[in-house]
Amino acid sequence: MNVHGHAITFEVNGAPATVSVHPVTRLSSVLRDELRLTGTKVGCDAGDCGACTVLLDGEPACACLLPVASIEGRSVQTVEGLANGRLSALQASFLEHGAAQCGICTPGLLVTATALLERCPRPSEAEVKDALGGVLCRCTGYRKIITAVAEAWKHDGDLASKLPETGKAVGASPVRLDGVPKVTGEEKFGADSFPVDALSVLVLRSPHHRARFSFGDVEEWRRGNPGVVAVFTAADIPGRNRFGAIPSFADQPALAEGMVRFRGEAVALIAAERIAVPTLDMATFPVTWTEQPHALLPREAQGPDAVLLHAHRPGNLLASGIVEHGDADRALRDAAHVVSGAFETSCVEHAYIEPEAGFARMDGDTLVVSACTQAPHMDREDTALVLGLPLEKVRIVPTATGGGFGSKIDVSLQPLIGLVALKTGRPAALAYTRMESMTSTTKRHPAAMQATIGADVDGSIVGMVFDGEFNTGPYASFGPTVANRVPVHASGPYRTPNYSAKGRAIHTNGPNGGAFRGFGVPQATIMQETLYDELAAKLGMDRLEFRLKNALRDGDATVTGQKLESGVGIVACLEALRPHWSRALADAEAFNAMHANFKRGIGVASCWYGCGNTSIANPSTIKAGITGDGHVVLHQGAVDIGQGANTVIAQIFADTLGVPLADISLVGADTAVTPDAGKTSASRQTYISGKAAEKAARALREQILRFANVSPGASLSFEAGAAVVREGEAARRIDLARLKANGEGYVFSARESYDPPTEALDEKGQGKPYAVYGYGAQIAELEVDRKLGTVKLIKITAAHDVGRAINPLLVEGQIEGGIAQGIGLALMEEYITGRTENLHDYLIPTIGDVPEIESIIIEVPDPEGPFGAKGLGEHVLIPTAPAILNAIRHATGVLVTKVPATPTRVLEAVRAREAIR
Amino acid sequence: MIRYAKPRDVDEALALLGEARWKILAGGTDFYPALGNRPLSENVLDINALDALRGISETETHLVIGARTTWTDIAKHELPPAFDMLKQAAREIGSPQIQNVATISGNLCNASPAADGVPPLMALDVEVELRSLAGSRVLRLSDFILGNRRIACRPDEMVTAVLVPKASLRGTSSFRKLGARRYLVISIAMAAARMVTDAQGKIETAAIAVGACSAVARRLSNLESSLIGLRSAAEIEHAVMAASLDELSPIDDVRGTATYRHAAAREIVARAILGALGLSEAEAAA
Repeated sequence: MNVHGHAITFEVNGAPATVSVHPVTRLSSVLRDELRLTGTKVGCDAGDCGACTVLLDGEPACACLLPVASIEGRSVQTVEGLANGRLSALQASFLEHGAAQCGICTPGLLVTATALLERCPRPSEAEVKDALGGVLCRCTGYRKIITAVAEAWKHDGDLASKLPETGKAVGASPVRLDGVPKVTGEEKFGADSFPVDALSVLVLRSPHHRARFSFGDVEEWRRGNPGVVAVFTAADIPGRNRFGAIPSFADQPALAEGMVRFRGEAVALIAAERIAVPTLDMATFPVTWTEQPHALLPREAQGPDAVLLHAHRPGNLLASGIVEHGDADRALRDAAHVVSGAFETSCVEHAYIEPEAGFARMDGDTLVVSACTQAPHMDREDTALVLGLPLEKVRIVPTATGGGFGSKIDVSLQPLIGLVALKTGRPAALAYTRMESMTSTTKRHPAAMQATIGADVDGSIVGMVFDGEFNTGPYASFGPTVANRVPVHASGPYRTPNYSAKGRAIHTNGPNGGAFRGFGVPQATIMQETLYDELAAKLGMDRLEFRLKNALRDGDATVTGQKLESGVGIVACLEALRPHWSRALADAEAFNAMHANFKRGIGVASCWYGCGNTSIANPSTIKAGITGDGHVVLHQGAVDIGQGANTVIAQIFADTLGVPLADISLVGADTAVTPDAGKTSASRQTYISGKAAEKAARALREQILRFANVSPGASLSFEAGAAVVREGEAARRIDLARLKANGEGYVFSARESYDPPTEALDEKGQGKPYAVYGYGAQIAELEVDRKLGTVKLIKITAAHDVGRAINPLLVEGQIEGGIAQGIGLALMEEYITGRTENLHDYLIPTIGDVPEIESIIIEVPDPEGPFGAKGLGEHVLIPTAPAILNAIRHATGVLVTKVPATPTRVLEAVRAREAIR
Repeated sequence: MIRYAKPRDVDEALALLGEARWKILAGGTDFYPALGNRPLSENVLDINALDALRGISETETHLVIGARTTWTDIAKHELPPAFDMLKQAAREIGSPQIQNVATISGNLCNASPAADGVPPLMALDVEVELRSLAGSRVLRLSDFILGNRRIACRPDEMVTAVLVPKASLRGTSSFRKLGARRYLVISIAMAAARMVTDAQGKIETAAIAVGACSAVARRLSNLESSLIGLRSAAEIEHAVMAASLDELSPIDDVRGTATYRHAAAREIVARAILGALGLSEAEAAA
């Protein structure tokens, strides 16, 4: 049998298809590469994530595990086949309920749920969970997915005319403006629009934590492998082979130079014709590794014999941060009650369902990179530096991004595919494998922390000392940010008059620590909030009331000496939780009176978080224009990685300009046409880019009204080729087509920047690191199986002060998604290099692991934020893990002092306590 | 040149197995993850056209589960309560996406210590039917799976069926899986129990197996015999707590420690037995 040209015929979405491929080719590859049906996503190639789910004769199966030979004569349905001229009820329900955030898992969920609804049109929550248990989502926390599926039967598939009217966009929850392609499969993520003639790029990576390496006869290997066009190593890099998210710390080579410092580090690129890749055996590549001693833990990296990762960083200390206020030691000496503890957290993987992917091509002498990202302008700078190109010769055109959570801020494949395109002149495409994504990109820093907190007899906090050591891996990335952010936040949102906190980022050969939703603050908050429970117990105070007593209020100073004049919302959050707290305590008590082996526990924890960079400029610029034919165009450069910036920024802009949201056309974060709105990070987009959008809209409005010579209160609307300005009874029509357009085709345009007014921190960490803070508090209710050490979550109640909820549905989406990641941090996520480099050994929460979530949105307006809004994206996961740990202690009497609190760790703690008794 | 073949019937498959070495491809749910993104390095014998090997049938002495029968097939098939544990396990193997294509023989041939299908099949005393050009032979499951990823299948043989002796159709059964999350999870430990009681409700026969706590799932024969004649939940829990469980030899791994597995296995064994008997745990307020 000639297996290479074997024709296989089947049906896709009702239409016949014939492909000529090897019979063992995965169906996912056939759909995506041969039939260009890229709605079916590849997240793991191992059946661990369900993103590639298709219906095979009506039943869900992972397309990545199906040999195409098994499809012969059968019927396949993909996401592209769900809509039939109009959205299916399920697709519309997903949009209506905000069940799609980044959208990368959405096709798999929709296809799987379609099969469920076919046999069970009105499923219960349990039926939805059982059906969707095999599809992972990292953004939503699943709750809106459950609702969207369970209530799809109520939907008629009609979404039209549901956008808010003029002036009513802020505070409304319209269907996200970029939503429809996410449910139809049309959205193009990093791997979804590779040019057909693109070279495939493969990356040779280190299997060792630390090693020297040398290459053999690469040219001979290339000749021996037909279809391999070129091989590139560090020697081929034309620019500065060092990148890094913080320019002054840039230390990471795009391709390692003779020495690798972590497992997964890139050393060579192989550019091959796509057709040659399935038979290319990378194991034969001529490279010789010489393993060197390595240190995976800070303890080892700081030992007397430790090898320096970077010669100019003695003690393997990358960076340290400090905040000192008052006299903490003395306050603790004099305190009536003092508690001390130590806590460890594990390495946590971002586990977005979209592995890094993209392609690069030359447009004349300009390198164009289309890839998933959180920070196009930073990608541009780093790629230009590595490739030795002037900035203007690099253009970044972001694709849709299938989740980021911090790790897609740093460049990953951009310089690599850029190098291949630059050197070969051909388009170059690369989609990381799951293992490649997990081993080579950044992680949440593992932390080892100690703290002591003291209170007076009345229960007022008098002082706190905190020390946190963060394993930052081999390269800087955002390690300095973690070291600096943690001391600023480790007090929690509580009055702490005497305070001393240190954070250190230590280099090791472990996974590279970087940005991950909260920059070390989630770890530090576990330390502080678990000690607060101990202190409340010593004082004999209710744990919630103890927190309320100490919560920051308007006019208080923070641990950096920053006086918070107004907008402090933590008291409102904690007060909103009061009735839930007493109800939950009563429920738990009643349950526990009846059960011995299963014990319920309730925990609470708070968060505060400064929005934007810490004392460093981080401006956003927003541009907008009116075209001659009357279109309002918003250059929305705040990358939407699922959180909703495309919608939120447009809502702020529309209401400020005074036009309906439906009038706004969006242009994305293409660096050639859209100004820099900064990185999607630090919970900064709603506040900072939102503020820039507000300023741009106001400037645009003023221009038009001034042109029309009317007062600022006039109303504004657009119709074909005209702007209409009304004031009282009078109306004036401006014929836009007769106005002179600028080079971009705009007859009116505005471009405005906003940078938060912060102040540098002095040598004691005193100053004004952030202009805006957001606040929140959560209650966790759970049940511990005392015989197995397993934890079943019952409910999370989350109160978050967002200043002003620009879009309440998206706020809830952030809360639920953040909580799901907090659950993972608390109970199951532990990345171990070399051992959990896939999504079946590395566990993230499934649809069955996220309990009911009740979101309480608190709006204590911030004087600085647009419409009073504050950031939210990172705040939401900070309280979850400490609330869970406090609840486990409430249920069992023991604190687990290392997360994740796996069944092994919980049972060990319970048994150790039993042994003492 | 690496070969690919998709035989039309079992005899053709056996003939091919007789002439070369092959990797057998059935559901593909272990085949592809093991392959990763490397090129094929072995001949592939695709048995997905062997319709005779899919489905459940009956002989005088056995219930015959064809090698290609999927876990969804098993979960949906009408079977006596002795099979409840197997059906419960069938719904815990990976996800519905996996269960729709993954086969019973694949679960055995992959020989993972954490294979969810193995403990209930052990508690059903199943045998594995192997065929080659030389003929067929039948091995007890414990003689078929030899160790972690090791099976007693010769290169010229293939598994054609899993045979359940009629005697095993007696009793009621239950399966308990312990994982670190709710769905799509590799077991830390699992237990299957099939219990036959007499007219007075006393235990007459017990078949109990534990997985992921030894290189191959193990029957707990000492515990099984100590349960004979017991009836109440308290008696049973006492017997389980007193059992040595020295058949088990768990290891430390990313999912749990050996100490934890030992403790947890005992607990889920107790729960599986009580579940099979329809008894609730002796639960009292502390």
